[in-house]
Amino acid sequence: MAGTTTLFKARANDAISNRGLQNALSELPTGLAANRARAKSALPEFEDLRESAKVLKDHTLAHLDHYLEAFETAALAAGSKVHWTSTPEQARATILEICQAANARLVTKGKSMVSEEIGLNDHLEKAGLEVVETDLGEYLIQLKHEAPSHIIAPAIHLTVGDVERRFREAHTHLPYDRVFNEPADLVAEARQILRQKFLSADVGITGANFLIAETGSSIIVTNEGNGDLTQLLPKVHIVIAAIDKVLPTLEDAALLMRLLPRSATGQDITSYVTFTTGPRRPGEHEGPEAVHIVILDNGRSELLAGDKRAVLRCIRCGACMNHCPVYSAIGGHAYATVYPGPIGAALMPGLAGVKETAHLAGASTFCGACAEVCPVKIPLPDIMRKWREADFAAKNNGLLQRAGLSIWAGLAKRPRLYHPLMRLSIAALSSLSRRRGAFKHLPFAGGWTRHRDLAAPQGRTFQQLWIERERGGPE
Amino acid sequence: MTQTPEHRPKAGLFVTCLVDLIRPSVGFAAAALIERAGCDVIVPQGQTCCGQPAYNSGDRANAQTLALQTVNAFLDCDYVVVPSGSCASMLKVHVPDLLADGPDREAALTFAAKVFELTSFLADERKIESVPGKYSGAVTYHDSCSGLRELGIKQAPRHLLAKVDGLTLQEMPECETCCGFGGLFAVKFPGISNAIVEKKAVNANASGAQLLLAGDLGCLMNIAGKLNRTGSNLSCRHIAEVLAGEMSAPAIAKAET
Repeated sequence: MAGTTTLFKARANDAISNRGLQNALSELPTGLAANRARAKSALPEFEDLRESAKVLKDHTLAHLDHYLEAFETAALAAGSKVHWTSTPEQARATILEICQAANARLVTKGKSMVSEEIGLNDHLEKAGLEVVETDLGEYLIQLKHEAPSHIIAPAIHLTVGDVERRFREAHTHLPYDRVFNEPADLVAEARQILRQKFLSADVGITGANFLIAETGSSIIVTNEGNGDLTQLLPKVHIVIAAIDKVLPTLEDAALLMRLLPRSATGQDITSYVTFTTGPRRPGEHEGPEAVHIVILDNGRSELLAGDKRAVLRCIRCGACMNHCPVYSAIGGHAYATVYPGPIGAALMPGLAGVKETAHLAGASTFCGACAEVCPVKIPLPDIMRKWREADFAAKNNGLLQRAGLSIWAGLAKRPRLYHPLMRLSIAALSSLSRRRGAFKHLPFAGGWTRHRDLAAPQGRTFQQLWIERERGGPE
Repeated sequence: MTQTPEHRPKAGLFVTCLVDLIRPSVGFAAAALIERAGCDVIVPQGQTCCGQPAYNSGDRANAQTLALQTVNAFLDCDYVVVPSGSCASMLKVHVPDLLADGPDREAALTFAAKVFELTSFLADERKIESVPGKYSGAVTYHDSCSGLRELGIKQAPRHLLAKVDGLTLQEMPECETCCGFGGLFAVKFPGISNAIVEKKAVNANASGAQLLLAGDLGCLMNIAGKLNRTGSNLSCRHIAEVLAGEMSAPAIAKAET
C-alpha cells in the first residue's frame, strides 16, 4: 500500500539523519557481526550444524501438531498448566486472568518478543498491574516508553548518554548529582533497583527459546540472570511462547544451542541456559507454586500450511539484522513492527497482514546476506519475494508503479519493438548528456540524481553496434 | 587456440539491458574475451531483459513470459554468457524455478545448465590461461551480491585479475557488503540506497586503489555515481574492460576527455 510505504520511507529518512542512532548502528559490523564471524571460524562444523538445524526444524514443523500435543502431555505431567491461544487478544486476556487469580500487583518480566507481539505490558498496566522489565535493555526502553529496536539487543539504538539521562529522570529517590563514570555504574544502579522488584513480585513472566516435547520443559537463553530471578522467585511463573518454539527432544535443543549464541552474539554459550520443568515439587524449597504455559498461534498455522513455512524455522538470533545493509542503515524502529529487519519483513505479513506490512518485504536489496548467516538457513529473500507476489496480486502497490512496470514489461516482451525504441530513446538521452558522461539532475530520475550522478549512455545500443559490426560497417 | 573453427562452441552473449543501453563497450569487451576463450559469439536478437525487475516486483506472470522468451532466444547456443552476476543468477537459478510447473520445465533446466556469469565462464568453465588486458596500478574489487551469494563467484574475478599484466589488487574493507543498488530498490527507496552506498564509497576510497571494478553494471553505476558526486578520484569500470584491455571509453560516469 502506497500509504504504508510512504510512512516507512519517512521513518527511514528520519533514522538516517539521526546521528545518535547512526553512531550506535555503526558498531554492528565490528560488534555483533564480527563476533559471529569469529565464533563461526572457531567451529569447523558450523556449516554442517546449520544444515542439521534446518533438517531438525523442518521435521518438527512437518509434525508440529504431534510435537505440540506431546509437549502438552509432558508439561501437564510435570505439573504445569497449558493454555492454547489463537490471537494476541486471547493470549493477553489469558495472562491477565492468571495474574488476577493470583491477586498480583507487581509483575516482573524476562525478555520476550512474543509478549511484545501480544502487547502484553500495556494490557496488564491498563488493568492496574505494575509491570517491570528486568532485562537491562528492556528495562531501559521501558523507561523511555519505546519498543525494542532489535530482537536480542532491544536498546541497541541508545547511547550511554541516553541511558544516564533517563536514569536520573526515573530514579528520583537517588541523589540527582550522582556520578556515572562508566557503563558498569549504570548496570549497578539498575541491579539495585531491580533486586527490590524481583523480591516483591507476585508473578514472573518469561518467554521461551525452546519448548521440549519429550519433557514438557521450557528453556530460556540469557546473559544477565534476570530471567532466572523472574521465574524462580514469584509464586506464579507464566511462560509465553509461540507454537514454533517446540522441539522434539533435549538433544535437539543442544544442537540449536551450538548455533544460537554463536549466531547472535558470537558467544560459544550464554551465561545462563535455564531449563524449567513444572512448578516446585513437594519437598523442594525453591521455585514457583504454579507454572502456566501460554502457547500462541497468531497466524503461524497459516504460515505452516503455505509456501512460506521456512520462516517458522527462526530461532530469533538476530544475525539477519546484524548483517542487513538496510537494517544497518535505518535501525529497527523505522520498520515499526515487533520484529524488524529481514526476519521481520519475512514474518510480519503472516502475523499482521499483507496490506499492513508487505511493504517491508519490498524494502530489501535482496543482497542475500541474511540468508547467508541464518543458522537455520531460512531463504529470507525468497520468502520476501513471495510476499511481494502476494502484495502485487492484491494490487496493493501504487498505480504509478504498476503502470510503469506494465509498460516496461509490454516492451520487453516484444523484442522487435523494444530494440528500435530503445535505440531512439538512448540516442535522445545521450544527446541530453552532451558528452559530460553523467547527469547531475534528471527530472524523471530525481530519486537517483538527488544523491548521486547518473552515468550517461555511451550513445548507441550494443545491439545496434553489434549488428553493424556483423555487417562489416555502419548502416 | 588449437581448436579448429568447426569445434568452437557457440556462445550466446546475453548482453543485459544495462550494458545494451548504457555501456555497450562492456558488451564488446565481453565478446572479445569469450572469443579468446575459444568460442564463437552470437548475440540473439530475441533477447531483451532477464525479467528480474518483474520477478522482484512480485509480477510473476510477466517474469515467466520473459523467462521463456530468453530460453527460446538461446536454444541453439552451447553456452549463454552474461556479463552480470545478477542477471546470470536470474537466468541460472530463478528461471528454472519460474518455469518449473509448466510445459517448459525441461527446456528451462537445459537452458540454466548452459548459463555462466562472464568471469566464472572464463576462469572455471573455459579455464583461460591469459588475458590481453594490461593495467599499471592498483584496483579494488566489489563483490556484487547475486553473483557472490547465489552463484558462489568469489575467486574467479580475482583469479583473472591476477593475469592482468601490471595490475595489483588492493581489497577494500567490507568488499562483500551490498552497495545499496538492488535494481528497483534504488528507485523506490533512494534515501536508504544512498545511506548504503555512502558507506561503500568510504570503504572503496579506503582501499587506496585508483580503479574500482565489479562484474555488474548496476552496482557500478551506483558506486560510480556516488564517487563522482562526492568528488572522489576513484573511477569505476566493469571487470571485462580491464581483462580485455578495452579501456578507450571513459570510465563509468566520466566525461570524454
